[in-house]
Amino acid sequence: MNVFFASAGDSLAASAGSIRFDLDPVDLVILAVYFAFVLGIGWVLRRHQKTSTDYFEGGRSLPAWICALGFIGANLGAQEVMGMAASGAKYGISTSHFYWIGAIPAMVFVGIFMMPFYYGSKARSVPEYLKLRFDEKTRAFNALTFAGMTVFSSGISMHALAILMHAILGLNYHVCIGVSGLIVLVYIYTGGLTSAIYNEVLQFFLIVLGFLPLVILGLQDIGGWSGLMTQLGLYSEAKGMPGAWSSSWSHMGDASANPMGVEWFGLAMGLGFVLSFGYWCTDFLVIQRAMAAKNMNAARRTPLIAAVPKMLFPALVILPGLLAVALLQRGDALHLPITPSGETDYNMVVPALLAKYFPTGMLGIGLTALMASFMSGMAGNVTAFNTVFTYDLYHSYLHKDATDAELLRIGRLTTIVGLVISAGCAYLARSFNNIMDMLQLVFGFVNAPLFGVFLLGMFWRRSTGHGAFWGLLTGTATAMIFHGLTLPGHGVDAGIKGGWLGAPQHIFTSSMAQNFWMAIFAFAACFLSTIAISLATKPNKTDDELRGLVYSLTEKPRDEGVAWYARPATLGIAVLACTVVLNVIFW
Amino acid sequence: MNLDVRLPLGLLFLTLGLILAGYGLVSDPAIYAAHSLGQNVNLHWGAIFSLFGLAMLFLWKRGAAR
Repeated sequence: MNVFFASAGDSLAASAGSIRFDLDPVDLVILAVYFAFVLGIGWVLRRHQKTSTDYFEGGRSLPAWICALGFIGANLGAQEVMGMAASGAKYGISTSHFYWIGAIPAMVFVGIFMMPFYYGSKARSVPEYLKLRFDEKTRAFNALTFAGMTVFSSGISMHALAILMHAILGLNYHVCIGVSGLIVLVYIYTGGLTSAIYNEVLQFFLIVLGFLPLVILGLQDIGGWSGLMTQLGLYSEAKGMPGAWSSSWSHMGDASANPMGVEWFGLAMGLGFVLSFGYWCTDFLVIQRAMAAKNMNAARRTPLIAAVPKMLFPALVILPGLLAVALLQRGDALHLPITPSGETDYNMVVPALLAKYFPTGMLGIGLTALMASFMSGMAGNVTAFNTVFTYDLYHSYLHKDATDAELLRIGRLTTIVGLVISAGCAYLARSFNNIMDMLQLVFGFVNAPLFGVFLLGMFWRRSTGHGAFWGLLTGTATAMIFHGLTLPGHGVDAGIKGGWLGAPQHIFTSSMAQNFWMAIFAFAACFLSTIAISLATKPNKTDDELRGLVYSLTEKPRDEGVAWYARPATLGIAVLACTVVLNVIFW
Repeated sequence: MNLDVRLPLGLLFLTLGLILAGYGLVSDPAIYAAHSLGQNVNLHWGAIFSLFGLAMLFLWKRGAAR
């Protein structure tokens, strides 16, 4: 789940009907082959799902490179593939901040500093780590909110997929919901987390090799990189922000000088620190993939290896958006829908470019890659849901004496229930667009302060259970109040976008700026209140209980026997250095 | 875990690659003029997919032999 993006379902619903794919039998054969492999992997792996560790944790036996591709694949849902292209069109190259600031530093941090606690503590989930480190109420808060978020996110993916398939292929909405849910159900029910990760690996390569031709053809068509920059320059001039679409940092000094409407401090602290670390360091959806690794070194290297393709993904997912803007600027037809306010709706950029550049054959590949990315979003959320429900809710509160066989049965049953609930959420999104926006908002309130608790929990042994729980609530309440007292622009009505608590105290230049600053305030409130309440309450864990859970009481991981170039610290430094270089190149 | 992911990965991309390349050989060239700037992307990328699939199968075989 990615809290950075608005519900894809709403945007796609508005775009429906403007682009149609005419598929030939070869495209359908390609689709059929892919789904046969997807189901086949689950079928083959079913014999190896003998224990709950096999089913929920991949047996803790997977190599780092597989976990790494699963780590990034679980995050690479269609809302990112299509959402990033739309953002590339709306914000230009500065969209790369979501990767080079909004992902890489956090991925390096979690690999080097946090995986020793997640993996070494033997916690089976992120909420379970919170229970071991703090107490049951902190675990329960995280488990319940996370479980809710995953099924709703899965539902959003399901709904967005059905809307898109209806729009471009004319398929029946209900059939899409049913078939997509059934496919994901079969391969997760049979093969568990390993099946999900293996399919994420397939999906990763399918997206890379499926969309790379699109980017290459688009660049050839527009006249290469220089041709692209020329058209973006003309577009930026027309928008009154010269150069803003072709630079990442040089227009970040003033929020009104760039299309994002954010200045550098809000970007760096709000996105680069709070939201980024809050997602990559605490979201069990991605952490679960690293925890499936075969040993500590592999677990630490998982996010670091994943950071390498993540760094390069802007070329694959943002460039289509830039190309769309450039092609339209040149006067090409792209058949993108127009919003009621007369603006081009870029949410359908990827399907529009697929229809433009891919003949039948490759069109089947592109469509398969798109569908695969939606389904991996569903599957990733369902595997996280069934694990958190089984371990953190069922085993912790409903049946503490459950045998391992029972946990395995419950996990499989939860997979079915999770997908049924997801389908229900999909229909809810279809009927009440605002409910999804509202839920995404609520989840944003909860996520913003989360990293504060983890940071203090892992690195300050004096933080207590009361401090963590009330700090989380304080941070969440702060986020809500902040949202209720601010608006994301002049002329925006009070309501779901903010200002619902009374006269707005501040009006930001964009909703992105509002979100980033809300995150900063929520994190600060959580951080400070956790410290204050911890100091005012007695520690609830002894040093022995905290061993392996807190930095100062944990033996540092040793890298003896590991070649210097494979050590996490080396990989981390190399990744960060490359990210700095990329930021400089695209300054 | 007995299933090495490189096996289904290699088989999938080899299969897709052969389908694409085969279609590229028999399809009407007019579809490439209409879409992919005149380039037979099915043939080109079918070959790339197949090579990638073969590379994965080679790595799988080597891993199995160890």
